[in-house]
Amino acid sequence: MLIQIKNIKITDPSTKTNKTGDIFIENGKIVEKLSGDADNVIDGKGKIAVPGLIDVHSHLREPGQEEKETIKTGTMAAAKGGITTVFCMPNTKPVTDNAPSVEYILMKAQKEGKVNVFPIGCITKGSQGKELAEIGILKKAGIVAVSDDGVPVANSQIMRRALEYTKMFNLAVISHCEDKELSRNGVMNAGKNSMIFGLRGIPNQSEEIMVSRDIMLCELTGGKLHIAHVSTAGSVELVRRAKKKGLNVTCETCPHYFSLTDDYVQNYDTNFKMNPPLRTQKDVDAIKEGLKDGTIDCIATDHAPHTQEEKCREFDSAPFGIIGFETLLSLTLNELVDKKVLTLEEAIAKMTVNPAKIFSLENRGSLKPGSIADITIIDLEHKYEFKKEDILSKSKNSPFIGRKFKGCAVMTIVGGKIVWTLKDGIIN
Amino acid sequence: MSFNRKDLLGLEHLDKKEIQTIIDSARPFKDMFTRSIKKAPALVGKTVVNLFYEPSTRTRTSFEVASKRLSADVVSIATATSSVVKGESLVDTAKTLEAMKADIIIIRHTLAGTPELLAKNLNASIINAGDGFHEHPTQGLLDLFTMQEKKKKIEGLKVLLVGDILHSRVAKSNIWALTKFGAKVRVVGPPTLIPSRISELGVEVFYNLDEAIKDADVVNILRIQMERQQENLFPSIHEYVELYQVTKERLAKAKPDVLVMHPGPMNRGIEIDSEVADSPAAVINEQVTNGIAVRMSVLYLLAAARNKRKK
Repeated sequence: MLIQIKNIKITDPSTKTNKTGDIFIENGKIVEKLSGDADNVIDGKGKIAVPGLIDVHSHLREPGQEEKETIKTGTMAAAKGGITTVFCMPNTKPVTDNAPSVEYILMKAQKEGKVNVFPIGCITKGSQGKELAEIGILKKAGIVAVSDDGVPVANSQIMRRALEYTKMFNLAVISHCEDKELSRNGVMNAGKNSMIFGLRGIPNQSEEIMVSRDIMLCELTGGKLHIAHVSTAGSVELVRRAKKKGLNVTCETCPHYFSLTDDYVQNYDTNFKMNPPLRTQKDVDAIKEGLKDGTIDCIATDHAPHTQEEKCREFDSAPFGIIGFETLLSLTLNELVDKKVLTLEEAIAKMTVNPAKIFSLENRGSLKPGSIADITIIDLEHKYEFKKEDILSKSKNSPFIGRKFKGCAVMTIVGGKIVWTLKDGIIN
Repeated sequence: MSFNRKDLLGLEHLDKKEIQTIIDSARPFKDMFTRSIKKAPALVGKTVVNLFYEPSTRTRTSFEVASKRLSADVVSIATATSSVVKGESLVDTAKTLEAMKADIIIIRHTLAGTPELLAKNLNASIINAGDGFHEHPTQGLLDLFTMQEKKKKIEGLKVLLVGDILHSRVAKSNIWALTKFGAKVRVVGPPTLIPSRISELGVEVFYNLDEAIKDADVVNILRIQMERQQENLFPSIHEYVELYQVTKERLAKAKPDVLVMHPGPMNRGIEIDSEVADSPAAVINEQVTNGIAVRMSVLYLLAAARNKRKK
């Protein structure tokens, strides 16, 4: 299949390209020139081509919780969101602490997935925080990082060993930073609102204490630390200082941490319940500043599907988490690019070349010839309302339902194959 | 009449006029209690359900008596005997009650926001009878009613709330109501039991009871839950008594005509000295009587607003 995308604005932060031209795809790769006539010529006029978006933080729930999401439905939602690669967290049932689990996910993704699925393995066996998982064997099976997401490694010695041991594989340790004792029973940000709503709070410090600890362990070991879903002003400052020191630390934030505050919890709508929780305007501003000055490297979704039954409950009883694949790009465009926090190039870099570099993904995150043809085509002018009935994810737990957006993906290409277009939907 | 709400979820979002309307319409109900026939026909043919997810004797009984005195048909459901133990969700339980044509559902729950959850999902009117650490609006209203009755004017009154402010929905509803009426509200307790942002609600914070009680017009004493000690919020009951028990000696520092209030049930000898509880300054039993009048008023106003909407 030879594809030509004609007259398109190409924005590729990996090569600092920003020009109008053609993109050629042959055998699933981006090439300088086609070897023959194109089988498919796509008119790119008025659109923008960027490297396929990479989401380094998601929960696909398969195996074990297929009622919430499957690899099939999750990757359909990702494709619609312009995401060509998703990392999936290991807190499935069973957890991804063994090679067969990794192989199962990869096999399912191969068969039913619409986009690339890269599994993240556990740091510790059973994510119990007691003994290291067989990280070498997991790496051989195909993991791209390790994490005990959701159940942070409380024991500093074990976290230290993890950061040391993974050095030989050049694997990043992704840390969900939370002091579980300090945030115990908390369901929202600790502050004036939690007091008024009568809900138990999770202080910023429960995140920041662990960010500090992990940065110190990173300094001790020289390991590769990636901090997940940064939500507080204090965390941004800690990472900023660590980077200034030259430590091997990177981090991500999620769209909800730069677009929402804990004011939204006021109606006890559980679609505003996630962990870490929505913080205050001061934190939102600091997150934006961190994105702007490069302290925050990536924008990831923490896509966390939960069923209607689980979410339609008392605020305390509902699980943490919201879906995010289908709103990642629009929120980034509207909240960061349109509001002049980031340029389009800077914003795209945080979802393409940066994650590709941090997690050593070969030939991805770039549109230069030789790269795998993962491409997202964006229409900055397309206006739409995000409606519940349009959600492709199996779960509908989004706080953004009803929001009006301008700008989204209109075509998603994975490995040279068009998997989704705005007009036709998912392409089989 | 300025009351046109579907539900009573809390006092935070009510304005002063709405609160005064509830209190004003409670007065004739209280007068009725001294008559030989303590019953009005206002809610004939209406079904009121008490849905209690937390043990409670006085609030539940108070709502039951209030409903009966308004001639409503009233049912009380305690969770231990309901389908909740079979795993039914709160919304489904409430929808079942609505399918039985309940007009008003009174809910008490250990978790904040549950009355809102029902209000969003049901057509029935919802009354919050206490949700977690959030609000207990009818307690706030009956406390205000009692203060107005005894002191006439709320504006400028020094009202002290003593004890566990952090976990107290009673304190919260009191603060919302009293500050709207211009009272000078003080809270006192150990810093571990006082939310760090409470002063932003317009109250003055004290850690020392002897200082806080000076010149108080009203001392409202909150119940201390024994399990808070296990959460390390204070070292022992013994020390709590030492620092925060309202004793006769301490009360002497308040205004001579101070009112002593307590939402009940009391831990005599812990947060309140028996001598104080039984002193003429204490209006604790009168609060119970007023509670029925205020709850009748709320039921009456919500039912009237429903009728108006139907027309």
